Amino acid sequence: MSSPRASSPASTPPKVRPRARIMAVTSGKGGVGKTFVSANLASALARRGERVLVLDADLGLANLDVVLNLFPKITLHDVFTGKSDLEDAILPAPGGFSVLLAGSGLVEYSRLTPEVRDKLLEVIEKVAPRFDRIILDTGAGISDVVLYTVSLADEVLVVATPEPTSLTDAYATIKVLATQQQRRSIKLVVNQTSRPGEGRTIRGQLQQVVDRYVTPTMKDPTVPLRIELLGEIPTDPAVREAVHKRQLLIEMLPGCVASKAVGGVADKLIA
Amino acid sequence: MQLLQQSGLPLPEAASHGETAWLQAVIDGLCNLSSRDALTGLANRRQFELALAREIDRVARAGEPALVLMIDIDHFKKVNDTHGHPAGDEVLQSVARALHDCIRPMDTLARFGGEEFAMILPNCPPAFGQTVAERVRLKVQSRSVAIAPGVDVGVTVSIGGAFAPQWVRSSAPLWIERADQQLYRAKAEGRNRACLEQPPVSLVSAEEKVLLFSVSQFQDSE
Repeated sequence: MSSPRASSPASTPPKVRPRARIMAVTSGKGGVGKTFVSANLASALARRGERVLVLDADLGLANLDVVLNLFPKITLHDVFTGKSDLEDAILPAPGGFSVLLAGSGLVEYSRLTPEVRDKLLEVIEKVAPRFDRIILDTGAGISDVVLYTVSLADEVLVVATPEPTSLTDAYATIKVLATQQQRRSIKLVVNQTSRPGEGRTIRGQLQQVVDRYVTPTMKDPTVPLRIELLGEIPTDPAVREAVHKRQLLIEMLPGCVASKAVGGVADKLIA
Repeated sequence: MQLLQQSGLPLPEAASHGETAWLQAVIDGLCNLSSRDALTGLANRRQFELALAREIDRVARAGEPALVLMIDIDHFKKVNDTHGHPAGDEVLQSVARALHDCIRPMDTLARFGGEEFAMILPNCPPAFGQTVAERVRLKVQSRSVAIAPGVDVGVTVSIGGAFAPQWVRSSAPLWIERADQQLYRAKAEGRNRACLEQPPVSLVSAEEKVLLFSVSQFQDSE
């Protein structure tokens, strides 16, 4: 599958109008805190004055609504089926940002049909001018839906934990994005670190394998693929507490170490 | 009601728990009936497809490996032609029992159609796939079927299997088709054998893994 952005970078000039920067959040492995990072990062960015929309692109097994304790009456599913207007599906979330929730009714869209492609693209194009940033919270794995969703984004944020399986899957994701979408820059957040500097070590580990095995196989091997560490989020019992209470950590305990770390990621993203 | 009576399932007692409970019991009975194959008592194809869809969701979310086996009785037509259809039914029931003895509680075993059966084995590591399929094949082979007093026939099966690609959302038809292709291979290679799709070459090679887990020389280079 080729990316519409990467395949023809020069032939289609970008439309000249202010539009949101689109960032896909993905992970390879499930259960590493992808949705936690998406939601709390959105809140941190909103606190810094950005207009942020999180689009739950985990079509089929969405759970942003669970994290945010929202009970959406209108979801992307209703927009896709023409039952509701897009405007009505954009909901305010507790953290001062907006969300477009997939809803569990989207199971039928979990396979990438041309129809799903077009509808997702249409939705993103429509909302892009009204926000500063759109965060696409993708599903786990490297399925065609995930790859397509990521292909719509200007930048990619990979969430990984120090766990070996997570690291391997994060690497596999980066490799696929590099070879299929010719990505030259991947942002990294290392979640659930147990000692300071662990994120930096992991970035280094990923970078050295990428340098050795991925960059040389790319179309232009002279341009290296850079993995940029946006931050590490230490393991923090407050995270579990917030998830359990279905609240945003950054709202509930803005002073805890994990909240501060997410704030650091937001700062680095804006800088 | 007539359906339930004919099925041989126990009929709910009318007066014991009130009308709603009785009606619920009838509905439960009918639901059960509509999900089973009448001859073998195994899950029917509809039930199988529901279970498969659930498994696909699980694999996509949790990344656990899962195996689908398609199992076809060898030379079944010959049994029917030589010994008659009641003998054929006997063979189907016997094979169904043998297969049922191979599964774990969380597995799904169904009569897929005709002389073809299907199994879903959640959380089955790829390394065990061939062993599991062989065990099923040998179990069927080890039992001869008494189709008439004093007349026993030996029955074998060919098995094709495919794992769901981890993390990737497959589709039911695609997954079944991949297992079916292996079943054709088993038939073509002489029957009474189990063929599994070779697991795809990992996205991440052993060499890459070694480097990934070796401590970086350049960790402070950012």
